[in-house]
Amino acid sequence: MSANHRDIHLTVNGTSRQSRVEPRLLLSDYLRHDLGLTGTHVGCEHGVCGACTVLFDGQPVRSCLMFAVQADGHEVLTVEGISAGPENMHPLQEAFWTKHALQCGFCTPGFLMTLLPYLEAHPHPTALEVREAISGNLCRCTGYQHIVEAVLLAADRLHQPPPPSGG
Amino acid sequence: MKPPPFEYIAPDTQAEALEAARQAGGDAKFLAGGQSLVPAMNFRITQPALLIDLNRVPGLDYIRRDEGAGVHFGAMTRQRRLELDPIVAAEAPLLAEAVPFIAHPQIRNRGTLGGSLAHADPASELPVIAVALDAQLRVASTEGDRWVPAKDFFQGMFTTALAPEELLTEVALPSLPKRTGSAFMEFSRRRGDYALMGVAVLVRLDEAGACDEARLVFLNAGDGPVDASQAASMLSGRRIDTSTAEAAAAHAAEKEIEPLGNLHASPSYQRHLAKVLGRRAILVAAQRAAAAGH
Repeated sequence: MSANHRDIHLTVNGTSRQSRVEPRLLLSDYLRHDLGLTGTHVGCEHGVCGACTVLFDGQPVRSCLMFAVQADGHEVLTVEGISAGPENMHPLQEAFWTKHALQCGFCTPGFLMTLLPYLEAHPHPTALEVREAISGNLCRCTGYQHIVEAVLLAADRLHQPPPPSGG
Repeated sequence: MKPPPFEYIAPDTQAEALEAARQAGGDAKFLAGGQSLVPAMNFRITQPALLIDLNRVPGLDYIRRDEGAGVHFGAMTRQRRLELDPIVAAEAPLLAEAVPFIAHPQIRNRGTLGGSLAHADPASELPVIAVALDAQLRVASTEGDRWVPAKDFFQGMFTTALAPEELLTEVALPSLPKRTGSAFMEFSRRRGDYALMGVAVLVRLDEAGACDEARLVFLNAGDGPVDASQAASMLSGRRIDTSTAEAAAAHAAEKEIEPLGNLHASPSYQRHLAKVLGRRAILVAAQRAAAAGH
């Protein structure tokens, strides 16, 4: 360990973590290599593909464009943290499964982490709005059509409009 | 691709950050949002010996109305905040209109106003908006502060008036005169891609409804924001309609911009886009100026 290493203390998926890192370690590599959270995928490493998207203090960001040392004192949520496991998936994950919104699945974690806060802020998006919301995430398998359908289904399931009142 | 090793500090005060930059004498980079710097480091295009992280310096993230004199922004204000803040929409609608074109929400959550200006990418939106709105940029060093007008700040591709030890700390936008309208338009192949061409237009009308003064500033049209002042002066004193707008935009596209072309657009196609977007933006800005006049 060189003198250049830094101690960081952060919260990942609700768990407090303490690590010693080199400043040049990207947040994406820290999550994958140091914490073993390999659900965060690394595609382009220059901020274009969106596969490494995580929530940083609740906001989606590219984890390949931040250094782990910058996360000291902050909260990170990765795809591993959005549900309790395969038996208890998040409604957005369920909708991706139902609508066949993934083939190889490499891009899927980035889509999910982009869409989770988006659906909270926009409970009833149109298909066009969904396309704009996912414009920063590349998928080379699906052609996006099934992803858009999955997001609309998830929005319906997550935010059922209240039943009409009166008779 | 990973960056090579570097020294890293995250100072708690601006004074510490400036002192570190002075001591480094050109071997340091300030880290703001990192949305351009970190990719460049990942590619090893840039290899600073020292990274001075500004994200823990308090007091650089604000949007403040200066009564009667415009709006002041801290350089570390995130682009996402510019997009959503009602003060920006009310006081600097041109800025509010342009920000959603910057990459994607994930990028705007980190990317900052000052970082984008200091990076000075000719294809980016914020330098063009700063020039169009006559922004004043506050630059700090251990020697003190100075203000630089946006038109003098941008000195070429990825080149600004900043000395290596200087930090951009604040952006001041003057308030717009009455009967002024603005419009921003750009064209890209996909949402969030770098624009192949873009333009910011300001139009101020006189009391009779003719154009008093106009400004057209293009992005990705040369080695920095390109202020098409001849085209703008063609509009002065004229009533803005399709033919005057077309003539001014055509002049800018043919005589004033110098697009370099790239894989996706030849220079002649970029000139075509400049003409079409310029005409449309002039007309929209003029309509908005007329609507703002009452």
